[in-house]
Amino acid sequence: MKLKLFSYNVIDTPIHRLSGLTKLICFLLLTFAVMYSYDIRFILAVMVFSLIILKVSEIKYSQIKIMIIYLLLFLATNFILTFLFSPEYGVEIYGTRHDILKIFGRYNLTLEQLLYQTTKILKYASVVPFGIIFLLTTDPSEFAASLNGVGIPYKVAYAVSLTLRYFPDIQRDYQNISQAQQARGLELSRKAKFMSRFKNSLLIIVPLIFSTLERIEYISNAMDLRGFGKLKTRTWYSKRKMTNSDYIAILVSLFVFTVSVLISVFINKSRFFNPFI
Amino acid sequence: MKEKPIIEFTDYSFQYFTQAEPTLYDINLKIYPGEKILIVGPSGSGKSTLGHCINGLIPFAYKGEIKGTLKIKDLVAAEQNIFKLSKIVGTVLQDSDGQFVGLTVGEDIAFALENDNVPTEEMHRIVRDVAAMVDMEHLLNSSPYELSGGQKQRTSLAGVMVDDVDVLLFDEPLANLDPATGKTAIEIIDDIHKKTKKTIIIIEHRLEDVLHRDVDRIIVVNEGRIIADMPPDELVSSSILTDIGIREPLYITALKYAGINVKSDMHPSHLQTLKMDTVVEPLQSWYRSIEKPAKEEEKPTVLTVDNLTFSYDGKRKILDNVSFKIREGEMISIVGKNGAGKSTLSKVLCGFEKHESGKIHYYTEDIEHRSIKERAEIIGLVMQNPNQMISKAMIYDEVALGLRLRNVPEEEIKPRIEKVLEICGLSPFIDWPISALSYGQKKRVTIASILVLEPKVIILDEPTAGQDYYHYTEIMNFLEKINKMGVTIMMITHDMHLMLEYTPRAIVLSDGRILADTSASVVLTDPKLIEEANLKETSLYFLAEKANISDRTSFVQSFIDYERELRKKQ
Repeated sequence: MKLKLFSYNVIDTPIHRLSGLTKLICFLLLTFAVMYSYDIRFILAVMVFSLIILKVSEIKYSQIKIMIIYLLLFLATNFILTFLFSPEYGVEIYGTRHDILKIFGRYNLTLEQLLYQTTKILKYASVVPFGIIFLLTTDPSEFAASLNGVGIPYKVAYAVSLTLRYFPDIQRDYQNISQAQQARGLELSRKAKFMSRFKNSLLIIVPLIFSTLERIEYISNAMDLRGFGKLKTRTWYSKRKMTNSDYIAILVSLFVFTVSVLISVFINKSRFFNPFI
Repeated sequence: MKEKPIIEFTDYSFQYFTQAEPTLYDINLKIYPGEKILIVGPSGSGKSTLGHCINGLIPFAYKGEIKGTLKIKDLVAAEQNIFKLSKIVGTVLQDSDGQFVGLTVGEDIAFALENDNVPTEEMHRIVRDVAAMVDMEHLLNSSPYELSGGQKQRTSLAGVMVDDVDVLLFDEPLANLDPATGKTAIEIIDDIHKKTKKTIIIIEHRLEDVLHRDVDRIIVVNEGRIIADMPPDELVSSSILTDIGIREPLYITALKYAGINVKSDMHPSHLQTLKMDTVVEPLQSWYRSIEKPAKEEEKPTVLTVDNLTFSYDGKRKILDNVSFKIREGEMISIVGKNGAGKSTLSKVLCGFEKHESGKIHYYTEDIEHRSIKERAEIIGLVMQNPNQMISKAMIYDEVALGLRLRNVPEEEIKPRIEKVLEICGLSPFIDWPISALSYGQKKRVTIASILVLEPKVIILDEPTAGQDYYHYTEIMNFLEKINKMGVTIMMITHDMHLMLEYTPRAIVLSDGRILADTSASVVLTDPKLIEEANLKETSLYFLAEKANISDRTSFVQSFIDYERELRKKQ
């Protein structure tokens, strides 16, 4: 089965209807809000919010299954490693110590450490849905149009959308080449040693580069012949006007962002929420 | 045509900076507004270069030295730029997939308008209007992956028509299309010509397919020169085509075999207009004179496929209960429209994809448990694009790759490579770099690199795609040769000529099921089958009809038998 990472799916939901620029701005604001705060109450609230948005945008579990699996794997590793390398960090931050369990040597599980690590995990877990929503609900060409709208040169913006346009084609080339080379005896599995695996992957990369270069020459000719790059500016077929819902979305994100900062400054007097004092 | 020409070459020569010799010499050519012109020529003749000169890729994207002048709409082309020329000449490139720059049909059609700073709302209106001209207005939001080959062609056409160009240039519009879609493409071009009166230039070597609809003039390019510029009737009655390695229409070949002297006043450029009064008698007696070849004895079965089913998502079946048997030493075509499951079938046979149910037997061995690598030792796959297979700089290393990866000792590798390069006619190049080879030679390198593993069966995906008649014949004769040496050959193809002339048996796939598994002459004379599988009747079928030969299938079969006998004598 083909791995489709960036498959923008065309359905009509309030989230899909927002302009690409709005979604980029909201994504950045919300991410920053969550990354800044270490208040578990706030983070939980954002997480619920992100899950609601995920539901509204009608993204199916099957579409994001692989991403979710990798995410869980990453979170678990992160959790364990954080504990292994700095088991006392929670105590350091919160300035108190409530032992729960003595494990081994200097590894004592404290309530502080548990809170710190849980907060951190939840932070990732609440940001990732926003990323997924952004990737899966944004029409790449519309996004390019938005980027151009905020002053990014159109050639750069177009390169983004073109990459997304040809990504599946190149993925397919890669798969075909890889299969053909495996038939000739290439071993890609873990059975081979690291060095030979590296050398073997060159046997796929080389033909991939040549066939991709062929493709690029072809596309750039096709674009030249239809006047790409002629003028200093260009218009966009899939450009969307900013509507009221765009402004509302931005305001909501801005609000969340402000709340995050205000909680830190006035309520917690630091980035961390400390229930232990 | 007393008007001024819209395109005028005067003593024009062109040499790419990267080439030692000019590609075009002394071109003198006038094309008038509203004409429909076909430019034919073998690969490397310079016909594509001629097209590049007209649309401005030469000299603006491909640099080189120009002598003489080319005027387009009274402007000296070399003094313009590619953007100005693109407002006069709209180009539809051969690979409608590769030139699809937008993510949807509407966006792709709008591309030129976007670059002209047309406001978004007005752009939507123009796109709708132009899309309606090519019957695509209901598909504006579809992505290129959801379109058929013909729909992609229509989109490309609309994309250049938004500019209201004077000239439409089609660069090999038939490459990569299945036969029925190719036929439709020619009809679309003709309709647009009639509707808009634009000047049409088609560059293509598949003459018979283009002549499905009328053209005004045919220009023949060979070795960088224009060697003929004449109406189609005159050209097909001459010997120019066969002299330079362009395939003449198949029914013309049949007439010539029957000893008929084809003259231009017989209007031979289309079968519909061909005058039959002097044709029927000799054709019928030629047909009766052809002897049926003796039946060959049946060889043992090398590959048995039983009820093979496969799907990517567990729902839509790409292969649905496919069963067939392949005998030792057979040469078989696998045909059907794009997406019928042909490539998937080859991938499942090679073990790239795992089938859901069914069995594949190699002689008596169930090959389910063989890995990709182990299957390659019995079934080899040659991909369509040699650049997707070649990963080494030197021919020797490329062919040796499969053996080295199997840890065959170097001293054993050498004789095996020498032997296989000998068979492939590549012995003189054993120490050459691959970059020095032509496309056809590269193709043979990829075949050699598969043959060296000594598989019993070889599957080739479109072995002759994009090849002119000369190179096509070269590749096919080579395949016939290795077939005679005992290698069983299966070919996935859109080329009805190939199927008819080289493969006695054809398997027709449609929506993952086998529609027919019979002789090529039966397939190409069965209207129902042709319709379902997006194939095209051979013109021999209609010739037989016109000549009052009742058993048309037998006529087609006799033609094939006659040709095979001819090939054997050579």
